[in-house]
Amino acid sequence: MRGTRAGDRLLHIYTWLIIAWLSSPIAVMILFGFNDKQSKSNTTWQGFTLRWYAELFDIPDLTTALVNSLVIALVSTAVTVAIGTMLGLALGRHRFRGKGVTNFLVFAAISTPELVMGASLLSLFVSGNVPRDANTIIIAHVLFSLAFVVVTVRARVVGLDPSLEEAARDLGATAWGTFRQVTLPAIMPGVLAGAMLSFALSVDDYVVTSFVNGSTVTFPLWIVGAVKTGIPAQVNVMGTLIFGIGVLIAIGNAVAARRRA
Amino acid sequence: MRRLTPYLLALPSWMWLAIFLVVPMVAMASVSLQTGNAIDGYAMTFSFSNYGDAIGRYSTQLLRSLLYGGLATLAMLVIGYPVAYWIAFKGGTRKSMYLFLLLLPFFVSFVLRTISWNFLLSDNGILLGTLKGWGLLPADFHVLATTFAVIGGLTYNFLPFMILPIYVALERVDPRVVEAAQDLYATRAAAFRRVVLPLSLPGVFAGVLMTFVPATADPINAAILGGTSNTMIGNIIQTEYLTNLDYPTASALSFTLMAVLLVGIFVYARALGTENVLEAAAR
Repeated sequence: MRGTRAGDRLLHIYTWLIIAWLSSPIAVMILFGFNDKQSKSNTTWQGFTLRWYAELFDIPDLTTALVNSLVIALVSTAVTVAIGTMLGLALGRHRFRGKGVTNFLVFAAISTPELVMGASLLSLFVSGNVPRDANTIIIAHVLFSLAFVVVTVRARVVGLDPSLEEAARDLGATAWGTFRQVTLPAIMPGVLAGAMLSFALSVDDYVVTSFVNGSTVTFPLWIVGAVKTGIPAQVNVMGTLIFGIGVLIAIGNAVAARRRA
Repeated sequence: MRRLTPYLLALPSWMWLAIFLVVPMVAMASVSLQTGNAIDGYAMTFSFSNYGDAIGRYSTQLLRSLLYGGLATLAMLVIGYPVAYWIAFKGGTRKSMYLFLLLLPFFVSFVLRTISWNFLLSDNGILLGTLKGWGLLPADFHVLATTFAVIGGLTYNFLPFMILPIYVALERVDPRVVEAAQDLYATRAAAFRRVVLPLSLPGVFAGVLMTFVPATADPINAAILGGTSNTMIGNIIQTEYLTNLDYPTASALSFTLMAVLLVGIFVYARALGTENVLEAAAR
């Protein structure tokens, strides 16, 4: 059994090496947010500074792009969660005509390459002379997040005991009352997971957005546009802050879930 | 009223998916058959030769994308399987911690992660510059703007999507089944090959699907890490649409890419056996 144990230990080290590899660009991003660089290029370490944190919002275009990204993510998440939860309920709880087609469309929305989705949306907008702006970005973001919300909510609805709702109805609750007080709280974790996923997908998207943005610039688009001239350190700081907030929310979520259990 | 409920619930999503997923595909099919130019506009002429022209012009980039996507997927499988295996069987009580660490990169934007690699690998940056300073590498050594950088970037960016489905499949394998195989005098290797590996195939299938399609169609890694000689089909489609305003060529290329990927998935599904696919799809 000795060889077995050595093999396991090797795999253990290997797993940590892969984790280190996956995390290394994050470490670089955080580190170079503190780099006291003098020139435009930010590739060598030149000393520690907090300057970029103090001057975080000193590049107006970058700040606008970040604000655009956050607003677009909030609006598209709200729309996606509303209509996606409805469809998730319909698919998880009801039988109706067109269910098969609906399932196929949801699958198609998940599996269509982003590039094809963006290109086809642009074809539609070009054919219909629709001006591209923040609204077309929101339309696209709702489209690619919708299926993920539907799937997470549906999974939760399927796992929900229907006798709970029947009990509420027997006790005289209205259909709406039953939904508000029984169904919605029970599926809430699924709805919230869908909302977070949808927000994350929206903030992160470059490919689809690049087709439908017109002259509106989002955070990822701004960064790609700045690659040739050099990425300002403020981008590292913003990335670091977003990373920190995301990780805190995730850990808080996990702790809360453990406490509930 | 009760009978109408599911239809009312589904209606907004139906409309969204119909207007912004189905109709655009039809619009793109229509655009791909038009002729004209960016200034005077395009008109429908059912010009099927657009496809031949577009594929002829960009066959290099199309094949290169499939090659890069395929190689990156293979690399992810080889790199990721042992990680999924170790976490599933030996992760013990810390499984979720390991999974969380593997998912850390997703808290940083895809574009920013790729740019970080650009930082890290730049010709005189912290990694290569230091090694060159120690005389361990020749002064003209570079990683950026090479095929290796693009495939490496794709592998890096999509790896967690390979590990997770394999982990899920392996996690369901009852360790007693493996013990039974070993009790029946299977060597450790044989038990793995004949018991664990087949049981994990649905996960491998899902992982390959989740990585090959986006890796092949990705324009970001080639744009940020690939320089000028590693252009992939995603970059061409972007340029044709957004810079050259050659909508018919771009649409024809998008459809070709989607068709190739669909055929690829189908052939792959047949090769792996329909049962595995159905099982994977059922999850």
